[in-house]
Amino acid sequence: MIGKALLHLLLLFLLSPLLLGVIGKTKALFAGRWGAPLLQPYFDLWKLARKDMVLSQTTTWVFLAGPLIGFAVPPLAALFIPFGALPAPVSFNGDLILFVYLFGLARFFTASAALDTGSSFEGMGAAREVTFSCLAEPTLLFVLIVLARLAGDLSLDAMLGPTLHLSWHQAGAALSLALVSLFVVLLVENSRIPFDDPNTHLELTMIHEVMVLDHSGPAFGLILYGAAMKLFVLGAVLVRMALPMTYPSPWLNLAVFIAGMLALAVVIGVVESIMARLRLIRVPQVLVGTTLLSAFAMVLLLRQ
Amino acid sequence: MIMTVFIAGTLLLLFSGVPGLVGRGGPNGGERTATVLLLTGALLGTGGVIAALKHPDAASLSLPWAVPGGAFALAIDPISACFLFPVFLIGALGAIYALGYWPHRTHPETGRRLRFFYGLIAGALTLVLTARNGLLFLAAWEIMALAGFFLVTTEEKHLETRRAGFIYLTCAHTGTLALFALFILLEQSFGSFAFPAPAVLDGTSGPASAIFLLALFGFGVKAGLTPLHIWLPGAHAAAPSHVSAFLSGVMIKSGIYGLVRVSGFFAAPPAWWGSTILILGVVSGVLGVVFAIAQHDIKRLLAYHSVENIGIIAIGLGAALLGKSYDLPLLTILGLAGALLHVINHGLFKSLLFLGAGAMIHATGTREIDRYGGLLRRLPLTGIAFLGGAVAICGLPPLNGFVSEWLIYLGLFQSLGGETLGPHLSLFAIPALALIGGLALACFVKVFGIAFLGAPRTPAAAHAHEAPAGMLWPMGLLLACCLCIGLWPGALFPLLAAAASLWSGMAVPTTLLTAQAPAAALSWNAFGLLLLLAASAGVLRLGLRKAPPRTATWGCGYPLPTARMQYTASSFGALLVDLFRWGLRPDRHGGKARGLLPTATEFSRHTPDTILDRGVIPVCRGAIRVFSRLRALIQNGSTSFYLLYVALALFGLLTLATLSRG
Repeated sequence: MIGKALLHLLLLFLLSPLLLGVIGKTKALFAGRWGAPLLQPYFDLWKLARKDMVLSQTTTWVFLAGPLIGFAVPPLAALFIPFGALPAPVSFNGDLILFVYLFGLARFFTASAALDTGSSFEGMGAAREVTFSCLAEPTLLFVLIVLARLAGDLSLDAMLGPTLHLSWHQAGAALSLALVSLFVVLLVENSRIPFDDPNTHLELTMIHEVMVLDHSGPAFGLILYGAAMKLFVLGAVLVRMALPMTYPSPWLNLAVFIAGMLALAVVIGVVESIMARLRLIRVPQVLVGTTLLSAFAMVLLLRQ
Repeated sequence: MIMTVFIAGTLLLLFSGVPGLVGRGGPNGGERTATVLLLTGALLGTGGVIAALKHPDAASLSLPWAVPGGAFALAIDPISACFLFPVFLIGALGAIYALGYWPHRTHPETGRRLRFFYGLIAGALTLVLTARNGLLFLAAWEIMALAGFFLVTTEEKHLETRRAGFIYLTCAHTGTLALFALFILLEQSFGSFAFPAPAVLDGTSGPASAIFLLALFGFGVKAGLTPLHIWLPGAHAAAPSHVSAFLSGVMIKSGIYGLVRVSGFFAAPPAWWGSTILILGVVSGVLGVVFAIAQHDIKRLLAYHSVENIGIIAIGLGAALLGKSYDLPLLTILGLAGALLHVINHGLFKSLLFLGAGAMIHATGTREIDRYGGLLRRLPLTGIAFLGGAVAICGLPPLNGFVSEWLIYLGLFQSLGGETLGPHLSLFAIPALALIGGLALACFVKVFGIAFLGAPRTPAAAHAHEAPAGMLWPMGLLLACCLCIGLWPGALFPLLAAAASLWSGMAVPTTLLTAQAPAAALSWNAFGLLLLLAASAGVLRLGLRKAPPRTATWGCGYPLPTARMQYTASSFGALLVDLFRWGLRPDRHGGKARGLLPTATEFSRHTPDTILDRGVIPVCRGAIRVFSRLRALIQNGSTSFYLLYVALALFGLLTLATLSRG
């Protein structure tokens, strides 16, 4: 189990910044630019790790607790998720709820750290973050209900386990709806276009970026790394749902998983390139719509 | 022997405030004596309950009582125990806290009376939770309700307090009326005022449904289920903080206890019972937390969170009842275990939050969240305690709130199996519970962030001082309890399994509960989280070679920011309040710039309780108008009319007599 956990964490720590690099590269190619190198996020993290940090006079220890918890939660949550056909190192009945609530804990402290600066920009970002995330939660739970019903089990490892590909034959429609809903949740939770723009520097339009305006140096590095890992973990769920096949060879399984993750990054890059950012007022409407979509997936599954 | 100890404890609680009333003298008004008596009573009571759980055969008592139909019958079983432990713990900690928060030398007029009724309500509550006879239950219930009224109106000088007290009294007695009807109906249909054994009565009969509805109303008012919660925000805000902690953490649970107890009498209840409670739970949960987000007064906000948490408990109880109706034992066990654990947990973290709010009020003299700011630097320990309570109430790991919500989730997921439509409807409570959790998180980020973080918004907040040790210790102890249940949830599972097996009438071994809800895995993960946190703190520490320099918060180039420019509580909640304005109907005043050269303008936003201020009170006003018109018409001062009434009454009576004879 320790070996499996180490392999999981190694994959997570090594590959998660690469996703950001692939997204950036895709967007650059769409815009007709060559763009930053694929490994740029690694260089950024290395640069931030060596920088000094500046703190605001109003801040307390909560300001640093935000980045720390945001960094500590994704590795723990990753242990409940199978990476492709690699089974999850930790699995127990009901770990799906712990998975969801762990990210809640990270959100609580990220938003609190933003409020710790006393800046109204960061307050604005924190308010938007908690509002939009709480609207995304029901969708996530509906998707999990669909998976739990199909697997007949309440652990993520079994829900995303080898039986999943049989479920695609049996309940393809419900799973497709769930997949689309989960993709929207992924975009919201990771502050991607069309819900948030990770690149803009106009505070009025940002959510996640505006919350971390005052973080600098290693603390900012932890935030970026944590965000990349969160994208990787949620992405792993999505990729496993989309590519549920299990091959006898572990290397092939690993290759499929990594190819899937890179493809997901490309898809996110394409979405970011071809869509504009939604007006803030529209975001809740889209999220409520997605909730209905996922609820429909559940009803479809239960009534068939 | 066990019951003697328990009754001695109860009597000590009941009369702990009497020496202070009788003695009059002394500089402290007997506050030390009262606290010592109360602590002794709580210790004896706790010992009695623990012993009763070990020896269930010696845990009941029945004495003759001169009241017709009544008997002084007491018993302690696992269900009572789940409710009794918080009473003793929070009652005792509240009394210690009061020594610092409401000391006799600063409150000489109200102190004696406050301590008397505080002891009385704690003692009456233990009787409510152990009574096994309808009349004894009602007597204890009424003492509890009246003591609650005097506690709420401690500061009767304020108009707002008297108004809150009046609404409390009205609601409490309306609820009691329903309970009178309930016990009379129970006696008429099943023959005795004595409580029947669990899961023996027939749930499908007509009177059973009437009993259920009466219980839902009578106990629902006390528990604060929406739309019956109208007394709760005002009363919790008006009472002194340690009293609010007791009312919210413990007293309102007597309503839940009543619902659990009465619904437990019946075997195979109809499915609509469970569905009704489940739906009411979802409505209470969502509306409670949404109303909380719109509040600016910290105690009103916490009070609305009680409505929310009662909703979560009701979801668990509803699931348990549905499990009984549809014969899904796991749904019953997990739902009830989750509900009971949430009763304990909510008692712990809500009283922690109210005590924390008391320390904030003590330090700054205001309840307005927008007048705090930067308190974490000035009240570091209170801040940590409040933060712990906030994380726990949001149901986040690794604290206790997560464990009970997790059990309820696991229960609800059990209704996935099977092909019938009925149980599947309860699946919609799962996303609702997630929404409630997300909204609670938004609300507590708001409270903690606006009150404790940032820069002080007023001079009072800037000069705030940490609470005295006597107020800090109770908070620390409650926080430790929250953490312990979060880290070792398995420790309480035997009690929960025993309660579930008693309630459902089937054998529930603890192993069944731990097989479905592996508490040990939860412990490991909580420790893993702490370990990872420590590791990442180490990483950050390595990254810092020197102490980071301090500068001003980046203000986007604006050089002179003031503390008033920070995000306020109402701006933080504005997005969510706007989303839910169909239910909240917030009042908005000002905020519009007029003319070409607008002058200074003001903006404020308030959210009154939709049901009380826009429903019940206007309806009552209308009724008063109608009835006063009627009275003016009937009682019009003319003697001839009165003689006519006498003649009409006589005629009516004679007609009645003739008809009934014929």
